Amino acid sequence: MILVIAEQRDGRLNRASWEAIAAAQELAGAEPVTVAVAGRGVNAVAADLAAAAVARVLTVDDAALAAYTADGFVQAFRQVIDAVSPAYVVFPHTYQTRDFAPALAARLGRPLVTDVIGIKADGGPAFSRPMFQGKLVADVVLQGPAPHLVSVQIGAFRADAVKKGAAPAAVEAAAVTIDAAAIRQQAEAPFQEARQAVDLSQAERIVAVGRGIKQQDNVALAERLAAAFGAELAASRPICDNGWLPMERQIGSSGQTVAPKLYVALGISGAIQHLVGMKGARTIVAVNKDPEAPIFEVADYGIAGDLFEVAPAIIAELQK
Amino acid sequence: MKIAVCIKQVPTREWQPRLNDTGTWIREQDVSYEMNEPDAYALEEGLRLREKHGGEVVVCSAGPARVQQVIREALARGADRAVHVEDDRLAAADAYTAAVALAPAMAEEKFDLVLTGLQSDDQGHAQFGPVLAATLGVPHSTIIMAVEIDGARMRVKRELEGGWFQHVTMPLPALLTIQSGINQLRYATLKGIMAAKKKEIRKAAPPADLPAGLKVSALYVPQKTKQTVMIGGSAAEAAAELVRRLREEARAL
Repeated sequence: MILVIAEQRDGRLNRASWEAIAAAQELAGAEPVTVAVAGRGVNAVAADLAAAAVARVLTVDDAALAAYTADGFVQAFRQVIDAVSPAYVVFPHTYQTRDFAPALAARLGRPLVTDVIGIKADGGPAFSRPMFQGKLVADVVLQGPAPHLVSVQIGAFRADAVKKGAAPAAVEAAAVTIDAAAIRQQAEAPFQEARQAVDLSQAERIVAVGRGIKQQDNVALAERLAAAFGAELAASRPICDNGWLPMERQIGSSGQTVAPKLYVALGISGAIQHLVGMKGARTIVAVNKDPEAPIFEVADYGIAGDLFEVAPAIIAELQK
Repeated sequence: MKIAVCIKQVPTREWQPRLNDTGTWIREQDVSYEMNEPDAYALEEGLRLREKHGGEVVVCSAGPARVQQVIREALARGADRAVHVEDDRLAAADAYTAAVALAPAMAEEKFDLVLTGLQSDDQGHAQFGPVLAATLGVPHSTIIMAVEIDGARMRVKRELEGGWFQHVTMPLPALLTIQSGINQLRYATLKGIMAAKKKEIRKAAPPADLPAGLKVSALYVPQKTKQTVMIGGSAAEAAAELVRRLREEARAL
């Protein structure tokens, strides 16, 4: 049996949950899949999830889980796992999973493999995941007794590949007791910072700049390239961390997700946290001095060269 | 306040991967190392909290003798002393193994606050912090962008996806994983480098039994998902060819 941990907030399902179900169905073969979801008022979400071809959907509905906390969710899912004894537990690799799943694995004394991008049935199975900033991929085999825990990278499995059931699956409340007094974290409501009106998701063309730009003064070159393309200027996380461009221009898992007609990556190596934010772009151009940089794996056009020579040449060409 | 900062030694960003003969790990003899960047932000946050609240910053790291390079660097940046859990078996340890290896030596110290980076730039499991918290029996929160300490409690700003945040309050002792960009890093001064030479590095052995939950059966360069057209020539030639293709082939201009 394979257990999927779905994720919701305020009664809204996180779409990555479907990707985790797709991964679980691929891993399961003929084995049944069970989905579990925790929170407060999760029945509507559970009814949505029941459309998938799964054996059943388990709910953990408790006032103490209304706001997510690591302690609350470790308690809840530890009891669910003990009760259903799955071979695998599959999570979407969200920030919430990153917060509690490793602690859950430690409490269970079982291994967790994170950020999985593919499953190889032979040899174990083996779970493929990026390592070394995406320069390499590792096939990882989990050792020791079940359950084994697996989190799947956002976008690596297709939500629309989920097999749907002929009839909705049964929804049942899991027999779980939450000890609210043992939850040490107190969570406040999520918020967005007041931000300027930069909605990069609507941009037709984007020029994004990364570490290769080397210093703050050079960002002006990326600005000129963006102007020449008629594009919005964006950046990878380290540029915003340094304060060279505002955080609201950041593309990637912690910033904006974009799918423009044209995306020009200037001096961006292509760590996975950046790729998840832009790999949906229709045409991707990468300029990087390192011909082995992972950005070239997703690029349509690549120039392996010095951006300080290439960018001015592109500007000159566009202005002809 | 007694603050621990867990740091990891990782290959430099410029390192070009080379694999060992069995294709199961990197060729370690080719690697030059540096401090994991997210851990550098955790160290900086620890130093700032010490400046504000007093106390000491103890840098903790697990690995073979070579990790003293980054321990010395952390001491030069201002950490007061270090704990090094030294064992050659920890050279390629995953997050779970490293946390279990460090936990006993750290538990003895009874830290008020443990900080570390949100993930490592090499293996990138993003598990070490929460596993260490669970092993030490303290509460934790991850991907933190601000820390305010008020007596025996603290309130932190946790990053969620897509530009959302959340405040979380918890009692001390506790563990936080720090997001890059929470602060501006300081670098070691000559004075700091000299002072670091006299600072204590306590060595400890890991527990005899280390977990071996994750086994890498193969390590390889990723297969391309797209047929990338690599454009060569001089900068001017490459630029002309790129713009022509964007106009005529991709119709992106």
